[in-house]
Amino acid sequence: MDGPQDVAELVRRLDEADHLADEGTATAAWLAWRTQRPLLLEGEPGVGKTSLATALAQVLGRDLVRLQCYEGIDAAAALYDWDHPRQLLHVRALEAAQRDARSSGGDARDDRAALDVDALEGELWSRRFLLPRPLLASLERPSVLLVDELDRADDEFEAFLLEVLADFAVTIPELGTVRAEVPPVVVVTSNRTREVHDALKRRCYYHWVEHPDLEREIAIVRRRVPQADAALVDGVARVVARLREEDLLKPPGVAETIDWARALHELGATRVDVATAARTLGAVVKYREDQQRIAASLARLVEGPA
Amino acid sequence: MSVAAPDLVRELTGLAAALRRAGVGVPSAGVATTVDALAALGTPDRSATYWAGRLTLCSGPDDLGVYDQVFDLWFSRAEWAGDVHRGTVVPTYRDAPEHGDEADAASEEARTAPPTASRLEVLRHRDVAELEADDRRLVHTLVRRLALRPALRRARRARSSTRGRTDVRRVVREAVRTGGEPVRWHRRRAGVRTRRVVLLLDVSGSMRRYAETYLLLGHALVRSAPGSEVFSIGTRLTRLTGALGAGDPQRSVEAVAQRVADWSGGTRLGDQVKAFLDGWGCRGLARGAVVVVLSDGWERGDATLLGEQMARLQRLAHRVVWVNPNRARPGYEPATAGLRAALPHVDAFVDGHSLAALEALVDEIARGGRRA
Repeated sequence: MDGPQDVAELVRRLDEADHLADEGTATAAWLAWRTQRPLLLEGEPGVGKTSLATALAQVLGRDLVRLQCYEGIDAAAALYDWDHPRQLLHVRALEAAQRDARSSGGDARDDRAALDVDALEGELWSRRFLLPRPLLASLERPSVLLVDELDRADDEFEAFLLEVLADFAVTIPELGTVRAEVPPVVVVTSNRTREVHDALKRRCYYHWVEHPDLEREIAIVRRRVPQADAALVDGVARVVARLREEDLLKPPGVAETIDWARALHELGATRVDVATAARTLGAVVKYREDQQRIAASLARLVEGPA
Repeated sequence: MSVAAPDLVRELTGLAAALRRAGVGVPSAGVATTVDALAALGTPDRSATYWAGRLTLCSGPDDLGVYDQVFDLWFSRAEWAGDVHRGTVVPTYRDAPEHGDEADAASEEARTAPPTASRLEVLRHRDVAELEADDRRLVHTLVRRLALRPALRRARRARSSTRGRTDVRRVVREAVRTGGEPVRWHRRRAGVRTRRVVLLLDVSGSMRRYAETYLLLGHALVRSAPGSEVFSIGTRLTRLTGALGAGDPQRSVEAVAQRVADWSGGTRLGDQVKAFLDGWGCRGLARGAVVVVLSDGWERGDATLLGEQMARLQRLAHRVVWVNPNRARPGYEPATAGLRAALPHVDAFVDGHSLAALEALVDEIARGGRRA
C-alpha cells in the first residue's frame, strides 16, 4: 500500500500538510486508513476535527468528499438523485427528432417505434442522468469521505449511513450496484448535540479530540499565521490557554486562537497588551456574557500570573 | 487475530472485562477490534496498546477518564489483577447499574384490589406525599401510564400534501413516465416534528416525598417520547435517561437510585442548571426543547446565579415549565429566594402534587406548539 509506513510517518506527512496532529489523533487516522474502518471524531468545536480530514486527503493523495449533515437530510441529498429535468428534456428532444424523421421519411414502422421506447428507457436510467451526491461520489473514486456534524442529522439517517458504510456499496434499483474499488477513508465528526447511536459507534474507532497543549497550539498558530511576530503568537496562545481555564460559556478553540493572532497582527501588534486585547476580544470570546466576565479580569489574563 | 501474541489477547480481554465492571459499555465485538487495531499498529508497545484500546473500547468522553484509570491499573497491576478477578476491587469511578431481584414486585401488584372509579377520582386530586402506601402504589401505576404528547415544531423536510407549494421534482419525475406530459399536480408542505422534552428533577431532601412519583413520570416520558432526556439535579448533575430506558419502571427507578449519588442531599440549583447548560444544553439538547424543572426552589447557593442560569435556559429553550409540588398548598406564596429569582424566566408555573396535576402538566408540555 502506498502512503505512510507507520504512525510516525503519518504525523510527519500531516505536518507537511500543515496539520499538526497529536499521537492519539494520528494513530486513529492511521488505523482508519489501514483497517478500513470509519473514524468517529468527537470534541469541542474548533479543535481541528474537520481539518484532519482535509489534511488526510492531501497526505493520501485522494479527493476530499464532504457530506455536511443537517436535520432532514435524506438519501436524495446524500447518495444520489436522478436529473429529472434533463431526462424530461431528453424525452422531448427525442420526440421532436422522431416527428421530424417521420414527416420526412413517410410512413413510420411500428416495430421501430417500439424499439425506440426500450432504448429510450435504458438511456434515461443510465449513469448519464445520475447525479452523484457525496456518498456515491466517495465510492466512485479513491477518496476521504468526511461526514461532518453527524449529530445534526436524524436517527434514521444514521441507520442509512451505517448500511452504506458496512460494505461500501450502494444499490441503485434502475442501474445496479456501485461498489467501491478502493474503500474511502471515512471520517465522521460530531459535536455531541445528541448521542450518536451505539450501532454506529461500534463500527467506528472512537476518538475524542482534545484542545492541543500550549506548545502544539503555538506551533499551529505559527504555521497558520506565519507573518505574525513570534512573541505575539506565543502571547496569544498563552492568554487563550488561560481563557480556557476561566468559566466560559464557550471556551475558545484553536480556530479562535488563529483568528485572534491574525487580527492582532493586522492591527500591527507585536505582543499582546491589555488595550489591543480589549479591542479585539470579539475574535476570541463570542458570547456577551463571557465578554462581560472577561472584561474585569482581562489585565490579569493578559499579564499572566506574576 | 493471529498476528498479536496470544497472551496479549488475554490481557486485552481482561482489560475489556475490567472496563465493563467499571461501567463502560464495551461492545461485545470490542476486543476483537482492539486486537485487529493493535496488529495493524505493529509493535504492541504501551502507547500502541493504549490507543488501540481507547479507540475501540470507549464510546464517549465520559469513558476516557475511566479508561485511563483502568488501563493504568490493568497494565501495572501486581496483586490488583487478582483482586479484580475475584471482584473484591472494582474501579469506582461510575456506578454501574446492577439488577436486583424483582420477583416480589409483581406479586405485590397482583395483591392490589381493583380500584373503583370514585376512589380513583378522589385519589387523582390527593397530594401523593400524603397517600397511604396502597393508594400511592395505585397512583404510581397510573403515573406510569401517562403518555407524554410532546409539543410540535415545523420540520425541515416537507411532506406531500393537497395544499402548499408545487412539488416540482415529483411532477417532473412522474411526467417522465407519461412521455413528458405532467398529468397530476403534486404539492408539498412543511411537516411537523416533535419537540424534545427535558426534565430536570430536583432530588434534594425537601423534594424527597415526590422523588419516586417524578421518577416514574420521567420513565413514562422516556418511554413514550423518544429523544426526551431526564436529569437529576441536587448537589450534582446526573443524566438519568439511560437508566430510565428499561421496560420495567420499578427496575428503572432502582437503577436510577444507584446512579444518583446525592439523594436527599442539599440543593445547589443554580450550579446544577449551569452544569446542565454547560455540559448538555449549550450543545443543543435544550435548544428548541420544552424544559420542565421539577423543584420547590430551595436554593442553598446564591439565588442570583440561579436567576442568571434560568435566563440563559429560557433563551435556549422553546418553553420553560416550572413544577412545584408545594404550589397547591392553601395560602402558598413563592417565597423561597431561588424560586423568586427563577420565576421571571419561566413560561409556566404549575402544580405537581397530585395525579391530576401531573396530567395537567402533560397538557402543558404539549401546549403552545409554536412560539412566535
